[in-house]
Amino acid sequence: MVTVQAPKARPRGIRPSRGYRVFQAVNGVVLTGVVLVTLYPFVNIVARSFSGEQYIRSGQVNLWPKGFNLTTYKTVMSDSMFWTNYRNTIVYTVVATAISIVLTTCYAYVLSKKDLKGRGILVGIAVFTMFFHGGLIPNYVLVSQLGMRNTIWAIVLPNAINVFNLLVMKAFFESLPVELEEAAAVDGLNTYQILLRIVLPLSKAVIATMVLFYAVSFWNSWFSAFLYMDKLERFPVTVYLRNLISSATGGSDVTTASDVALQVGANIVAVTIVLTMLPIMLVYPFIQRYFVSGVMLGAVKG
Amino acid sequence: MSTVETPPRVQQPRPSPPARVRPRRTWRRALRRDWQLYSLAVLPLVFFLIFRYLPMIGNVIAFRRYQPGGALFGEYWVGLHYFKMFWSDPTFWRVFTNTLVIGGLTLLFIFPMPIVLALLLNEVRSRFFKRFVQTISYMPHFLSIVVVAGIILQMVAMDGAVNQAVKAIGQDPISFIQQPGWFRPIYITSEMWQTVGWGTILYLAALTTVDNELYEQARVDGANRWRQTWHVTLPGIRPTMMTLLILNIGMFMAVGFEKILLLYNPLTYPTADVISTYVYRVGVVSGSFSYAAAIGLFESIIGLVLVFSANAISRRTVGTGLW
Repeated sequence: MVTVQAPKARPRGIRPSRGYRVFQAVNGVVLTGVVLVTLYPFVNIVARSFSGEQYIRSGQVNLWPKGFNLTTYKTVMSDSMFWTNYRNTIVYTVVATAISIVLTTCYAYVLSKKDLKGRGILVGIAVFTMFFHGGLIPNYVLVSQLGMRNTIWAIVLPNAINVFNLLVMKAFFESLPVELEEAAAVDGLNTYQILLRIVLPLSKAVIATMVLFYAVSFWNSWFSAFLYMDKLERFPVTVYLRNLISSATGGSDVTTASDVALQVGANIVAVTIVLTMLPIMLVYPFIQRYFVSGVMLGAVKG
Repeated sequence: MSTVETPPRVQQPRPSPPARVRPRRTWRRALRRDWQLYSLAVLPLVFFLIFRYLPMIGNVIAFRRYQPGGALFGEYWVGLHYFKMFWSDPTFWRVFTNTLVIGGLTLLFIFPMPIVLALLLNEVRSRFFKRFVQTISYMPHFLSIVVVAGIILQMVAMDGAVNQAVKAIGQDPISFIQQPGWFRPIYITSEMWQTVGWGTILYLAALTTVDNELYEQARVDGANRWRQTWHVTLPGIRPTMMTLLILNIGMFMAVGFEKILLLYNPLTYPTADVISTYVYRVGVVSGSFSYAAAIGLFESIIGLVLVFSANAISRRTVGTGLW
C-alpha cells in the first residue's frame, strides 16, 4: 500500500475522473463479492465434511468445522463399494478418453484437408448433430437393443465424439503448415505415416487439451451410467454419490422424506462430495488455462 | 504415388496453356487418390451413423407401437396416436409450461450475467486481480453436476447455510427442497453460480478485439465511460452476443435436464417437472417408449425450429448468424 505504483500508461491529460475512480472501487468490491460467493459453498462443504454429525444437525457448521474429526472420512473410505465405484470411474474415464481421442483425431484430420472431395458433407454430418439429436428414448432403446446395458460400452461409445472438440482439433490441424506434409509425401510417406510421424508430434499441445476435455467430462458424467447400469458394482462414483444424496433427501418417496433424511448423515454426504471432486480440484489450477484456450480456439474457428 | 504423371522436364517454349486445367474431381479419382484419408473417416462415420443418426430415425417409434424387447423400430403404425395422447394430457401441459417458464427465466437471468461480469472484469486494471477473479469464478464449471446438486442440497437443507441465515434474521427455517415455490429461485441461483464465470470467456476474448481507436475517437467526441461502453464496447461484442443468444435459444427447451432430475422430487413437480424429465419418467421409468418418444420428438423439433428462426432473425436484423 505504501509504494504508490506509477499509473499505467494512459493518455496524458486524461486523468481518470472522480466518478471513474469511485466506479473502480465499487467494481473491486463487487468482484471480490463474486469471488466470495463462488468460494463459499466449497468452504462450507469442506467444513461439514470434517464436522460431527450433531453439530451439522443443529445448524452450527458454517465456515469452520465444529467437532473436528476424521471418522466420517474413515467410514466412507472403508466402504468397499465406494472404492469399487471410484475405480470404475477411473477405468471408464481412461478407456473412454482413449477411444474418443483416436476417433476425434482421425475425423478432425480428414476434415482439415481443404481440397478433399466430399469434405463439406463430412463436416455437415458432424455439425448437424449439434442442432438435432435423436432424443432420450430412441437412444435408450438403441443402447439396450445393442446389448450394451451394464457394460462399459454404454458409457464409452454413445459419447465417443464431441463435435465441439472435433471442431477445435480441425481448426488446429488447419493451422499447421501444409508444406511440411507435402515434403513428407514427397519423401514417400503415406497418409498414415504422415499423421503419425509428422502431424501428431506437432499436435501434442492440442491433443493434451483434448485429453483434458474428454477426461474431465467422462470423469464428471453420471447420466449414462445411471440410465444403463443397474448393478451396484458397475456404477461410477458419481452415481454412488447421486444415490447417497437421493436417499439423504428423500429422493422420490414423498411420505417418508423426513424419516429417510435421518438415515444418511449429512457429514457422510459432505465427505463423499469432497472425495468425488477432489481429483478435479487438485488438477484444476493446471488444466484451467488449457480449457480456456481450447474454448477460444473452438469459438473463433468453429 | 506410382500413378503420378512425371512433370515435363524438358524446357521447351510452351504455348502457354491456361496454367494446367485442374482435372475434374470425380469420386472415383478422389477415392483412388485419397483412399487412405477416407479410411480414417470410416470409424467416426460409423459412430455418427449408429449413435447419432440411427436414433434420429429411431424416432419413428413415436408413430409406431413399440414394445420393450420387440423390433427396434416398433411393431406397427399407429400414426399420430401418441401425439394426440399428449395433446390431451394435462401433465404434458404442466411440464410444457414449466419448460417455457424455466427456459425463459434462464434466458432472462443467466444469459446477460456473463456479459455484465465480463464488462466489469474488463475494467480491472490489476492483471493479478483479474486473473484471480477469473480462476475462481470458472471453478464450479469443472464439477460434476452430481457434485453441484449435492452442494446445493446441502446448502438449502434444514441445517444448511441458507437456513442459518434465515434463522439469523429471526425466521423459522424453511424446507426449501420440498416447497414448489422455492424450486425456481434455487435452480436459477445455482445455475448462475455454476455458469457465470465460465460464460465470460468468450466475451472477454471478444472485448480484446474491440478497436482501441474507436475509444480514442469516442473520447475526443466527449463520451464518458458509460457512453463509451454503450456506443463502442457493446456494439463491439454484439456478434458474440448474438451467437451465444442463438445457441441459448436453441437450448431453450432442453433446460438443465440432469440438474432438475437431481434436484426435484414429487413435492416440487408442480414447478420443477419439465418436458425432458417427464419424458424420462414416462419412457425409461414407466416403459411407455412410444409415448415418451412422441413427446421427445415434439421437444426436439421445437428446439430445431427455434434455432433456425433465431438465426434467420439475427441474420436479417444484425447481419450475424451461426451460418
